[in-house]
Amino acid sequence: MRRLRSAIPALIPLVVVTAAAELAVRYGLVKSYLVPAPSSVLRAMIESRVELLGALLTTSTSALVGFLLSTVAGIAIAVFLSSSRAIQRAFYPYAVFFQTVPIIAIAPLLVIWFGYGMRTVVASAFVVSIFPVIANTLSGILSTEPALRDLFRLYGASTPVTLWKLRFPAALPQILTGLRVASGLAVIGAIVGEFIGGQGLGSVVDVARTQQRVDKVFAAVLLASVLGLALFGLINLVSYVTLRRWHQSEQA
Amino acid sequence: MRKAFDQLVVIEGMDLEIAAGEFVAILGPSGCGKSTLLRMIARLAEPTVGHISIQPEERFQTAFVFQDAHLLPWRTVLDNAALPLELMGVAREARYSAARAALEQVSLFEAEDRYPAQLSGGMKMRVSLARALVTQPRLLLLDEPFAALDEITRFRLDTQLRELWQTRGITVIFVTHSISEATFLANRAVVLQKRGGGIKLDRRLDLPVDRNDELRVDPRLAREMRALLSAMEEE
Repeated sequence: MRRLRSAIPALIPLVVVTAAAELAVRYGLVKSYLVPAPSSVLRAMIESRVELLGALLTTSTSALVGFLLSTVAGIAIAVFLSSSRAIQRAFYPYAVFFQTVPIIAIAPLLVIWFGYGMRTVVASAFVVSIFPVIANTLSGILSTEPALRDLFRLYGASTPVTLWKLRFPAALPQILTGLRVASGLAVIGAIVGEFIGGQGLGSVVDVARTQQRVDKVFAAVLLASVLGLALFGLINLVSYVTLRRWHQSEQA
Repeated sequence: MRKAFDQLVVIEGMDLEIAAGEFVAILGPSGCGKSTLLRMIARLAEPTVGHISIQPEERFQTAFVFQDAHLLPWRTVLDNAALPLELMGVAREARYSAARAALEQVSLFEAEDRYPAQLSGGMKMRVSLARALVTQPRLLLLDEPFAALDEITRFRLDTQLRELWQTRGITVIFVTHSISEATFLANRAVVLQKRGGGIKLDRRLDLPVDRNDELRVDPRLAREMRALLSAMEEE
């Protein structure tokens, strides 16, 4: 009940903006071929529900696979980079380079490499979402308290043991922050990949655009946002379950 | 012995011998190398010139208590206290029973399933002490362990530490900047010179073996404190 009540402030702007958009379109203040009335977006959603849900499922799968790949690879790369300062100097600039690559520009390249379809979409989601995982995991691992490192050394803990029992759990809050950012980026990457790789919600948006179906574009965009929110919520749930006992970010 | 970090000489020409079973307090201004000395004794750092030798039987039985409790926040009290044994590869049952015994020694009861975030500062420090005691160390090194605690909690932990030393016959080296704490706890006080120096004063404290809060207002304690204070003041 408390939770429900705390959600009310966030609902007010939604209701107001939706109502305003509906009225603005109905009274001709805004042309419906530019911004569709919320009611027609809803209608488009219901009419094309089979197509949209299928597309949502396809996009979700690609985004999720891309996100999981960047989680696993990102953490592994960060662990590798943390192993020595020299390795960091040699490879970290390339990780930064990955982040600055404009995905729109390289998506056509991904099609050439991986062909049309899911592999390109997954690769696109992966490329855009891996950097925050690397950066946050690395900074988390490197900022372990010196006194705790001394403690582990005093009792003869090996490097892998120290990594597993000290550095990794200590970095967990930061790793989860990285995953939160990565989850949103993975959805963006998947949609961009679909514009070019041709499937899922990205493809629906692209096709509806050429047919001047703004209502359908909006419906697909809305579903893509819901997907992003769901992934974000999933990470928050994981974060709550793992951190609630010991980290202040998850304590009331 | 000498210790320098690049150009910065922290300790110069120090020669100090501590016998097994002693309770030594090390005092000195900030930056005089107290903590560095302790880390070198624990073999967490090496002297630049010279060496530190420790009786072989004590070498692998050293425990260290840090300025803050430094517990692992994702572990329960029991798992924190058992950590050293876990790292040394002791079996689960054995390390839990040793950890429970160590927690009992610092009078922490019925808190073993709690997480550090749920503990007061004094309780955290107790867990930290229990973690140090769990390996049955022969040499206990403490680096201003109670500095952040309120005075009453600190007095209580001082008394407990002193009792532990008496009953266990271990060697304790206690670094502090509090003259009263050093005097109350130790049998011997070593005052270090400011940065880049050695030992300024090495004094046996003429105080009774059994110590309780009465001693804190005893003139004999005041006399010893005055001696340490004047050594620390003259520069």
